[in-house]
Amino acid sequence: MAPKESIVQNKIPPAAGGIPTRKDALQTGSSALSKKSGKPSGRKLSRKALLAINVASVAAGVAGWAAVSAAGLVGLPGPVEVLVRGGELLADGTLAEDTGASLARVLSGFLLGSLLAIPIGFLMGWYQVGRAIIEPWVQFFRTIPPLALLPLVMVTMGIGETPKIFVIFLAAFLSCVISTYQGVVSVDKTLINAARVLGANSLVIFRRVVVPASSPFILVGMRIGLGAGWATVVAAELLAAPNGLGMRMQQAQQFYDMPTILVNVLVIGVLGLLMDRLLLMIEAHLTRWQERR
Amino acid sequence: MTTPTQKAMIRFEDLRQEFTLSGNTFTALDGVNLDIADGEFVTVVGPSGCGKSTMLNAAAGLLDPTSGRVMVDDREVDGPSTRTGVIFQQYALFPWLTVRKNVEFGLELKKIPAKERREIVDHYLELVGLTRFAEALPKELSGGMKQRCAIARAYAVNPEILLMDEPFGALDALTRVHMQEQLLQTWTKERRTVMFVTHDVDESVFLASRVIVMAARPGRIFKEIKIDLPYPRTEEIRLSDEFAHLRTQVWEAVYHQPGVAEAHQ
Repeated sequence: MAPKESIVQNKIPPAAGGIPTRKDALQTGSSALSKKSGKPSGRKLSRKALLAINVASVAAGVAGWAAVSAAGLVGLPGPVEVLVRGGELLADGTLAEDTGASLARVLSGFLLGSLLAIPIGFLMGWYQVGRAIIEPWVQFFRTIPPLALLPLVMVTMGIGETPKIFVIFLAAFLSCVISTYQGVVSVDKTLINAARVLGANSLVIFRRVVVPASSPFILVGMRIGLGAGWATVVAAELLAAPNGLGMRMQQAQQFYDMPTILVNVLVIGVLGLLMDRLLLMIEAHLTRWQERR
Repeated sequence: MTTPTQKAMIRFEDLRQEFTLSGNTFTALDGVNLDIADGEFVTVVGPSGCGKSTMLNAAAGLLDPTSGRVMVDDREVDGPSTRTGVIFQQYALFPWLTVRKNVEFGLELKKIPAKERREIVDHYLELVGLTRFAEALPKELSGGMKQRCAIARAYAVNPEILLMDEPFGALDALTRVHMQEQLLQTWTKERRTVMFVTHDVDESVFLASRVIVMAARPGRIFKEIKIDLPYPRTEEIRLSDEFAHLRTQVWEAVYHQPGVAEAHQ
């Protein structure tokens, strides 16, 4: 049982950084739905009011940015300048190409990583021998930021697409494998017994109890993995790439092209947010049977 | 004791169950011998740690006895069987399945055709009064409704034996009385063999024709008390002097057995 403890205690892999934990994720997903909220903040605001506050907050931020750049404090280009440059990059096709390239890397690495992590995580959770074989490797590699492997990977795999997809794959895999494993070991024993007394064999228990019961964990792992993959791709492209949002920023830096850098930063942020929201929606839909507290 | 004319449906033969907890072996059950007759309603009551749930799990085939054995209908229990339905204290409903799908679970495993499944599920949902909630998810049900769904799920596979592990333990007092009455109504109609574990003395007397009082450290049978009250058990019976008298007997057996007073201080 010792290996189980060690892995459970640090369930969020280092690559996760500021990505929300499972508990946060569940709360974000349900805050709009929960009627009897236990939050101490008193009166519950309506959805509309909260949205208005969101919009106002963003508007204030943009205004602050405009003020800083108008004052010429740090040589930062203003929102209008960035917007114009964004239009130019969009018009000449650079932005679409870069976005497409970065997204393709993230999605292929993320899909490969999650696809492999789910069976491996189940293997670790379900079979003690599987756990004993795999766990040391997972534990070791999760202490290394995937990016730190990039020099090694580039020497062995060259500077093409393979090394970039590989590090993203690794980042996504490590996040997802730990959650899947954790999901499997935390399946309520009573549910397994309930299935057994109704005549279920091991295969049925696995398919009809363990898989659905651990799905919330898997989905949270996938979300964290996607965040980790997105963070990794940009950094990987900074090192060597023919295109991509990270590469474009690196190039712009050499020409002191601040607006282009900011356009790419904004696109990275917005895309990351959109992908996370999308997975959150899928997660909320697939796990709507869960009791939310 | 069972009348000799009736055959034993469940028979505990010198059952001993040990568990190892962080390196220490402790004996949950020792020398348990008990016959439960076909169609009998037996309650098992005792202080916490007396092994009453362990006994039930052994009968359900969820445990490997350290020594001795449990026989069901003259065959040794070596794993779970659909002849034995189990109702757990924590309901154990599959939260991702609707009420209907939960009740249907065991029927699907039995490969019963869809049309027949539907009829069986409808029948038992009606029996426990959940017809209107067939498409609800467990999280939308109250505690009492969840337990009724669990009961319907256990009944649906038509087990000859029902093992109930403190099934009403988490319910409020009013719902509990209501559930007890409903359970007895169903039992009177279908006469399955029931072994019902509880820590509630009133409940043990109201339901059973025989109460088994357990003692702890090691878990063992301390006393058997026959409940000579007629079925159906009505409110008058619950409030009668005979009931009060039997309750006192069971109460004393549970709370004034050697060692209990010290254990609860």
